[in-house]
Amino acid sequence: MDVFLQSLISGILLGGVYALIGTGLTLIFGVMRVINFAHGDIQMVGMYLTYLLFVHAGIDPFVSVLITFPLMFLFGGLIQKVFINRVLDALPQNQILLTIGLGLIMSNTAMLIFTSDYKILTTSYSSGSVKLGGISISQPMTISFLITVAVTAALWWFLKKTDTGQAIRATAQDRDAAQLMGINVKRMSIIAFGLGSSLVATAGALIAPTYYIYPQVGAAFTLKAFVITVLGGMGSIVGAALGGIIIGISESMGAAYIGAGWKDVVVFALFLLVLLLKPSGLMGKSNA
Amino acid sequence: MLRIEKLSFAYGDLRVLWDVDLEVSKGEIVTVVGANGAGKSTMLRNISRLVKPTAGSISFEGEDLQRSEPHDVVGRGIVQVPEGRKIFPELTVIENLRMGSYLPGARKDRDKNMDWVFTLFPRLKEREKQLGGTMSGGEQQMLAIARGLMANPKLLLLDEPSLGLSPLFVKNIFQIIRDINAEGVTILLVEQNVYQSLRIAHRAYVLETGRVVLQGSGENLLKDEHVKKAFLGM
Repeated sequence: MDVFLQSLISGILLGGVYALIGTGLTLIFGVMRVINFAHGDIQMVGMYLTYLLFVHAGIDPFVSVLITFPLMFLFGGLIQKVFINRVLDALPQNQILLTIGLGLIMSNTAMLIFTSDYKILTTSYSSGSVKLGGISISQPMTISFLITVAVTAALWWFLKKTDTGQAIRATAQDRDAAQLMGINVKRMSIIAFGLGSSLVATAGALIAPTYYIYPQVGAAFTLKAFVITVLGGMGSIVGAALGGIIIGISESMGAAYIGAGWKDVVVFALFLLVLLLKPSGLMGKSNA
Repeated sequence: MLRIEKLSFAYGDLRVLWDVDLEVSKGEIVTVVGANGAGKSTMLRNISRLVKPTAGSISFEGEDLQRSEPHDVVGRGIVQVPEGRKIFPELTVIENLRMGSYLPGARKDRDKNMDWVFTLFPRLKEREKQLGGTMSGGEQQMLAIARGLMANPKLLLLDEPSLGLSPLFVKNIFQIIRDINAEGVTILLVEQNVYQSLRIAHRAYVLETGRVVLQGSGENLLKDEHVKKAFLGM
């Protein structure tokens, strides 16, 4: 029972970060129907930013989210404005090539600056944990989970209650109709890509104390982001959050019951199973 | 108020509009009638700048719209209620209406306009928390028009507002269009329901395969032999 509870809790804590990654990707996809293959690389940029702020300015990774979030919003917004807004009407394969290319530029630039050495960001609490009965709960993972909950709640409030948030949802639901309401859809795209970048970079900052930082770290996360959002249903924010938690739990359960090397197998088996039963994803609408 | 001169438009190689001239004066109801595929909706999409004309010019209140983006056009007071209603399906009625008054100019009149559209369409008030996509066709049409009115239009472009509605509700919609016009909103109405729209129009144009073939007062066109034969089945 302890093993079960232990891996359930670790899975949920990890899933919070995954939820953030998936929410970012799905927000971008929902608004402009572009799949951002540079998603993991943007996360990598967020991780290095967190690393630099920690090493050179001594700012705690969790506090540095306050700097990373707005900086990466500008970074993502700029990418949208300069590059992606130009290909919104282009063929999907061209959009994919563009985002893959941008991702390559990011990871190779990181390699030029930081070399491919693994960097480790060690805080006083990196391996700290709290014992609760027979279960040990990782301190940094708990803090990061609380931050993901706060960020997700703030995002929900923004999308639900503000005019700009509603306009972003309106643009995602019907781009033409949004334009007819006077909504500047290019600006909404910039905000959406900026927010998506902030979210995934925040996830990067949150895992920085417990993960290796290296230039190619993004590739694995791009794939993971893709699995999370497809599992939850492309374009659905609730689906992405749910997908993130499910992937987190199945990874940690797989590692606990089958073996650490098998956790990805568990994830992909579950992923295929969901797609077999509900091809549009958990919260997706079938367009049949 | 709105002046279209020699407007031509093509989707790729497919030419849809040929040298269309059209004018709307302040306070009028002008209708453009024509069969399916005559280019009526395409004309409205050109006015709203969702597509860019191949040739010709469109000006509003003396200013050329050549460089305007779709959202600028709305800011100037040209608001389109599109064909097929295009309600935001996962926004509530209230949220849909709020989006109508998204621009700063309309936002300051939001409460006033909200009261106005709820008087015009009491049904929407009853349904204010419902998601747009779950409403019936007639209710969605009310919402689409109400959402357009929230934008403080000077000129309201209505694309096939009677399409897919029950006969009873069709009559209702045309009365509502008259009422909106009486409140000072100029209207450019595009319709396949030729009889009803000619009845309420001050002036009308007949569009056939992308060309204006007839124009005149609504009353005169109702009596016109060609119109009778082609559209009214007489």
